[in-house]
Amino acid sequence: MSRYLARYMVSRYFSSASSRPLHVCIVGSGPAGFYTADKVLKAHEGAHVDIIDRLPTPFGLVRSGVAPDHPETKIAINQFSRVAQHERCSFIGNVKLGSDLSLSELRDLYHVVVLAYGAESDKDLGIPGESLSGIYSAREFVWWYNGHPDYSSLKPDLKTSDSAVILGQGNVALDVARILLRPTTELASTDIATHALSALKESSIRKVYLIGRRGPVQAALTAKELREVLGIKNLHIRIKQTDLSVTPADEEEMKTSRARKRIYELLSKAAAAAKTSEADPDQRELHFVFFRQPDQFLESDERKGHVSGVNLQKTILESVGTGKQIAVGTGEFEDLNCSMVLKAIGYKSVPVNGLPFDHKKGGII
Amino acid sequence: MVFHRLSRLGSRIVKELPRERHLSMCGKRILQRSYGQYLQSSPMLQRQTRSFKEALFSNNHKFCTSFSTTSEKGGEKTEKINVTFVDKDGEEIHIKVPVGMNILEAAHENDIELEGACEGSLACSTCHVIVMDTKYYNKLEEPTDEENDMLDLAFGLTATSRLGCQVIAKPELDGVRLAIPSATRNFAVDGFVPKPH
Repeated sequence: MSRYLARYMVSRYFSSASSRPLHVCIVGSGPAGFYTADKVLKAHEGAHVDIIDRLPTPFGLVRSGVAPDHPETKIAINQFSRVAQHERCSFIGNVKLGSDLSLSELRDLYHVVVLAYGAESDKDLGIPGESLSGIYSAREFVWWYNGHPDYSSLKPDLKTSDSAVILGQGNVALDVARILLRPTTELASTDIATHALSALKESSIRKVYLIGRRGPVQAALTAKELREVLGIKNLHIRIKQTDLSVTPADEEEMKTSRARKRIYELLSKAAAAAKTSEADPDQRELHFVFFRQPDQFLESDERKGHVSGVNLQKTILESVGTGKQIAVGTGEFEDLNCSMVLKAIGYKSVPVNGLPFDHKKGGII
Repeated sequence: MVFHRLSRLGSRIVKELPRERHLSMCGKRILQRSYGQYLQSSPMLQRQTRSFKEALFSNNHKFCTSFSTTSEKGGEKTEKINVTFVDKDGEEIHIKVPVGMNILEAAHENDIELEGACEGSLACSTCHVIVMDTKYYNKLEEPTDEENDMLDLAFGLTATSRLGCQVIAKPELDGVRLAIPSATRNFAVDGFVPKPH
């Protein structure tokens, strides 16, 4: 089930609603758009639904966001195709809201307009060096390896060093870490984009660091994805024992959320089971780095304009009431060298002409 | 050409009209479809009229709807256990569940308000039930990781919570009491209660 952003707007009242069928336009053909279309067609007899998308191909993130090694998640496409084939439903690709059509034009043409176009922009860190080359949002990287037309020429640098840093510890961070570290022989049998597979075959990345501002109890990933990554063959997991100590506030969080407790237990077991470093230069490692927030990106001396590392500030947690804890800097810093940074810190939507937009939160009001 | 076929169809329908009261709703739909497709090519027309005739002459068979659920199973006796559901208002409902059936299915068969949004595919937590007696909870198989992942998200989770679709009736569970939590996480708006389908 997808979590989705959708708004209904009725542009005119029905005077003879029973004689005139409902005409609905859904902007965006991802899961939100299709589930909405499905419900409208079932709930309103005679309703007509048009689903528009700026891309020529439908299905949104199911096509471009699901990792290639998770094909079972893409089965939803079958259900969506059935909806699109409904006699009162049409999919129209290559139509962009804002440039091809305005919102006011849609409101004139349809009784109801539903905005289900997701969040195609990224949160910024707002720290120095963020525009250095070699720093990408995880979204761009995911679109690159999934063959999204907007990013097929991304050409991420995978050959300068053996280390990549991922900021964020949610499921997207795990996805990109897996794609970077999985043996390409395994990726070859998935539907990963050809240009990405070729690039990954020549990749020198062997160490991936997942950086989180807070601790293992607050990590945003989910148990199923964590179990998967911990079970990958020949992938060494590195977690510092000191990061695993829990405070009373942590215990409270684990008591209120069983999910957090199970995730903490998985990470503890992984830390205990980690073997000591072997002298294998080709060894693939996934490091979970907790209690570090990025302060600035470091520029390479040999390659001007390119990232060479991240300067991290150590953090501690402070309670802000209601059981929530936030990360606060301690003034202690350390550097982590890398040649690529992926920001997996969350998304923002893009504004649409004609509606108020909250730029801070990144969504339509 | 078309007229000839049309009149042939017309005469057949006229002959069959007195039987109309025996037609199910489904049969009526076939009748309407036959009228609407008289303009199509002849093989199609032959098929339509043939299936129409089959619908008329069949004996109490409902083509479009599913077959009756009360079919006998050749006289074999299925062992049943006693299960009590306690709903959010404290009302008790006593039902008998055949061994091997899962609790969600049993609830639906007895019109008990236990939601099952994902239809038992371990993709939601809406069939969450609380086993009221620890003794019975311990008799159940350990939940799989997949069930635990979904239970994590359940509203009002307790130490003896399980997903109803994963609890299979067996003789040792005879007399089990299951509480239905006051709400589920299915983002249903305005207190809408989805009917099991």
